[in-house]
Amino acid sequence: MRQEDFDLLAGVVKQRSGLVLGRDKAYLVESRLMPLVRKWNLKDLEELSAQVRAKRDEKVMAAITEAMTTNETYFFRDLKPFDQFRKVVLPHLLKVRAAKKHIRIWSSACSTGQEAYSLAMILSEEAAKLAGWKVDIIGTDLSTEVVERAKLGIYNQFEVQRGLPVTLLIKYFQQNGDKWQINEKLREMAQFRLMNLLGDWGALGSFDVVFCRNVLIYFEPSTKTGILERISDHLAPDGVLFLGGAEAVLNLTNRFKIVDAHKGLYVPAACPADLWKAA
Amino acid sequence: MPASKTCLLVEDSRVIRKVAATIMEGLGYTCREAENGELAMQECKKAMPDFVLLDWNMQVMNGIDFLKQLRGLPNGKTPKVIFCTTQNEIAHIQEGLAAGADEYIMKPFDSDIIRSKLEMLGLIEESG
Ligand SMILES: C[S@@+](CC[C@H](N)C(=O)[O-])C[C@H]1O[C@@H](n2cnc3c(N)ncnc32)[C@H](O)[C@@H]1O
Repeated sequence: MRQEDFDLLAGVVKQRSGLVLGRDKAYLVESRLMPLVRKWNLKDLEELSAQVRAKRDEKVMAAITEAMTTNETYFFRDLKPFDQFRKVVLPHLLKVRAAKKHIRIWSSACSTGQEAYSLAMILSEEAAKLAGWKVDIIGTDLSTEVVERAKLGIYNQFEVQRGLPVTLLIKYFQQNGDKWQINEKLREMAQFRLMNLLGDWGALGSFDVVFCRNVLIYFEPSTKTGILERISDHLAPDGVLFLGGAEAVLNLTNRFKIVDAHKGLYVPAACPADLWKAA
Repeated sequence: MPASKTCLLVEDSRVIRKVAATIMEGLGYTCREAENGELAMQECKKAMPDFVLLDWNMQVMNGIDFLKQLRGLPNGKTPKVIFCTTQNEIAHIQEGLAAGADEYIMKPFDSDIIRSKLEMLGLIEESG
């Protein structure tokens, strides 16, 4: 593809999502956008680019952006954060929220919902301790398609076998041929909405736990810093942030610190160190 | 050097046995193969594997009967067993687990699924 077309399309994607596409990613742009070219009966990427240049149509640019983002996700991804959520964070919250009996969890960049539903399954397994509590799980993503899929909670046979123990599959899903739908009770625990991490976060409110995993990795440092600092504004002083395996806060912001006793948990910098020692 | 872990592939399709063997060897396992439950029992009596990947429908002796017999052997509780079958109804999964399976794979599978299930059982390190 022509350099000027690549630069234009990569610019649209970066402006709308934060995703940085280096010039070595031309092959990826081609393979991800050719389906759109065909769908819209265009000739090639040059014609698509010409159209973007001339009209800057919202729907077209949104579709280009969604096609370029990576939506890969699976249940209990990397396991460790979910183990820490169950063994460390949940007991901590049961203590510090004992009066309020209300926990709010945010799966930012939720993709098709596996992260949010993994948390819902953990909470259901611990239901006895949560009797009388209100728990909100909110999943947000930039892509309409994945948000709709997350709401439906329907997964194919491959998706339900990655990361998900079979005992949880038969306990929390309903089978329909080779499709599996997360049961109604769990679907009611989670809400999904369209939301761009670069845009207006509206009335998101404050959270006790934020999962922001495998999305910052695609952004440039200044974008990461901006998002991390806005997350810190939406995180309770005794709340916790989980990042992806290849993500960290070092050199990006000093609003968060690592919990020495529990590597992988990020907490507000002002949080007293001993709050998590006992956890 | 520690001896590599061993697995037994119990499956009547030679093609699927080869696919599974390639995946398992890639994960550091030494594989033996058996094309039905009866031959698999003989292999287990010779030497108990660390892990069994088990088809359900096979001639001579099927997977569920093999599993029940295996779990009845003196050291038959040691191997981790994962069913790997086209029987994908919840009722079958429950029956398989009740007979002593540790996990369950619905065919068709790929190497990601095998790796993921082995990680769940602690048979391989997490790849991250
Ligand atoms: C690789 S998935 C990560 C899913 C899940 N958090 C996990 O760790 O498995 C990344 C998701 O981030 C979303 N995304 C990318 N840029 C975004 C933005 N600016 N705002 C919100 N979501 C975004 C994509 O649509 C995609 O679904």
